[in-house]
Amino acid sequence: MVGKFVSLAATAAVGMMLSASAAGAADTIKVGSFLSATGPASFLGDPEKKTLEMYVARLNKDGGVLGKKIELVVYDDGGAPDKAATFAKRLVDNDGVDILLGGTTTGTTMAAIKVIEQAQVPFISLAGGVDIVEPVKKWVFKTPHTDRMAAEKVFADMKKRGLTKVALISEDAGFGKSGHEQSLKMAPAYGIEILADETYSPKDPDVTAQLTRIKNTAGVQAVFNFGFGQGPSIVTRNYRQIGLALPLYQSHGVASKEYVRLAGEAANGVRLPAAGLVIPDQLAATDPQKPVVTAFKKEYEAAFKVEVSTFPGHAYDALQIALAAINRAGSLDKAKIRDEIERTSGYVGTAGLVSMSPTDHMGLSPAAFHMVEIDKGEWKLID
Amino acid sequence: MLAGFLQYLFAGLTSGAIYALAGLGFAIIYNASHVINFAQGEFIMIGGMAAATLAAAGMPLPLAAVAAVVVTMLVGMALEKLAIEPARDAGVVAIIIVTIGASIFLRGVAQLLWDKGFHSLPAFSGERPLAVLGATLMPQSLWVLGVSVAMIALIWWFFNRTVYGKAMLATSYNSVAAVLVGINAKRVLLVSFALSAMLGAVGGIVVTPITFTNTDAGIMLGLKGFAAAVLGGLGSGLGAVVGGLLVGIAEAFAAGYLSSAYKDAIAFVIILFVLMFLPTGLFGKKGVDRA
Repeated sequence: MVGKFVSLAATAAVGMMLSASAAGAADTIKVGSFLSATGPASFLGDPEKKTLEMYVARLNKDGGVLGKKIELVVYDDGGAPDKAATFAKRLVDNDGVDILLGGTTTGTTMAAIKVIEQAQVPFISLAGGVDIVEPVKKWVFKTPHTDRMAAEKVFADMKKRGLTKVALISEDAGFGKSGHEQSLKMAPAYGIEILADETYSPKDPDVTAQLTRIKNTAGVQAVFNFGFGQGPSIVTRNYRQIGLALPLYQSHGVASKEYVRLAGEAANGVRLPAAGLVIPDQLAATDPQKPVVTAFKKEYEAAFKVEVSTFPGHAYDALQIALAAINRAGSLDKAKIRDEIERTSGYVGTAGLVSMSPTDHMGLSPAAFHMVEIDKGEWKLID
Repeated sequence: MLAGFLQYLFAGLTSGAIYALAGLGFAIIYNASHVINFAQGEFIMIGGMAAATLAAAGMPLPLAAVAAVVVTMLVGMALEKLAIEPARDAGVVAIIIVTIGASIFLRGVAQLLWDKGFHSLPAFSGERPLAVLGATLMPQSLWVLGVSVAMIALIWWFFNRTVYGKAMLATSYNSVAAVLVGINAKRVLLVSFALSAMLGAVGGIVVTPITFTNTDAGIMLGLKGFAAAVLGGLGSGLGAVVGGLLVGIAEAFAAGYLSSAYKDAIAFVIILFVLMFLPTGLFGKKGVDRA
């Protein structure tokens, strides 16, 4: 019995020493991250992880920030919200990180927010959902465009072309579901009338039944598909299969060459909102984003031999915003870093121009999106 | 009106044939050992991914398909040798749990070997849809249906006309008696895994031009295939195909005539009702229980 107490006490003492040494080691900046590097969202999380690792290594080679080396701690949550919350807690409690970047999906981000708000650690999310920053949470920021901005951009383009009677076909989970809600909410403001509203499951092999219903709905002038992964490619192929000739819009969720490759010829003529990163060569020479996205695309593609998508860009932006804030704060005081992130102004990132404020923890304007059309398998800038 | 009906039917046939092909693979291992192999979806994934990778590397499609089937059969046999055989005396439920573990393991290895993106294969006979009375059908859907029918014929021939198949059925009915008459029970299980892997791989290759494939594709195909197999009656090849088509067509008609929001629910309600009144499924054998 006594022996047990002694060993317990010894363990506790060792534990305290360890945490004391962790706290004392302020010669590094600890950046914590939980990402979905495996699992269903791995094609977002994996490039995000690689990007963080690459740029942290590069910054350290160049001498770090505030004269300190950056130490990156990454955990893989596999896309599971409960794991994301656990890892966020571990990063805050055990690893003692100075700032958190991560949360590949809206689900994993939302699950971790409560832990992070309680611990009062600045956090920049890499997920799209508008719920992350609305209502504004003191310690939570995000870099990607929201689904609401995508819906607004699409509806604005439809209105410009005189297409006001629209059919929606949305994925009934996660990204598509949230996008669907935002589409319904934003449509009236643009004078758009939703005549048909269909859904499909993320892994359905065929959606011609839903598209046939849309085809048989009188008066529809355009179709808007909100989804992610292979679903939109199947929608696009089935759309051409049943001979629908109306303009087809996709969301920013498919702004990658993978979509074009999978949908093949059927993708020609499809319009979607996309970040400047997708079309660096077509941006105007005066566009402040042009040098940033051109450089990032070149570095990313040279390092990983795959075509860049917007997702690693979100990680890049988050890291840049975080380190710039730490630089301005001049210390590792969490409250000061938080204030400096909120004061981010005129940062030119891969997603667009970022100017945050106490009421806007994302800082992107709708102008951050460009409307592109797929033409012979290539992106073509519309506006 | 008719065009709409036909289009819903074709949509259902396309999805249904995919579920049916996924479900067929459950029959052989179940017949040989009463084990439900939850790694069946992974066989489908490996077949599709291997064929897509080889075809993308420039191999002609038929050759890539054969190579993918052989690779998957080797994986199936290795799985039986390394994971199932050592647990052979542990009972059916324990082996089923082993197959669940194996499926997670295989998916993990696939994620390390391949990238995380989606892959596709060109359609076997072009992308031009066939027009039938105002509705359209992709030729690849006919491939999936045709291959399903060919596979049922193959399974029937195997179990009724070959010594191996009969030995397999004999082992399933009474393993002790089968060993006593000289059947090598270990060999039977090995062959059953090789054949199931072959069925899975063939299914994975034929559906990839329609659904695309990635390392996670086995989860959905395995689950829908399992639902099809249970609905049709585990162990029956014909049952798996009828079950798969029924689920697919129910989903499509629900999406077409009711609302796409209810389509999954309708399919599950049908499965629930069939199993309530026919617990062994539509074509299941009754009273085959290994005590």
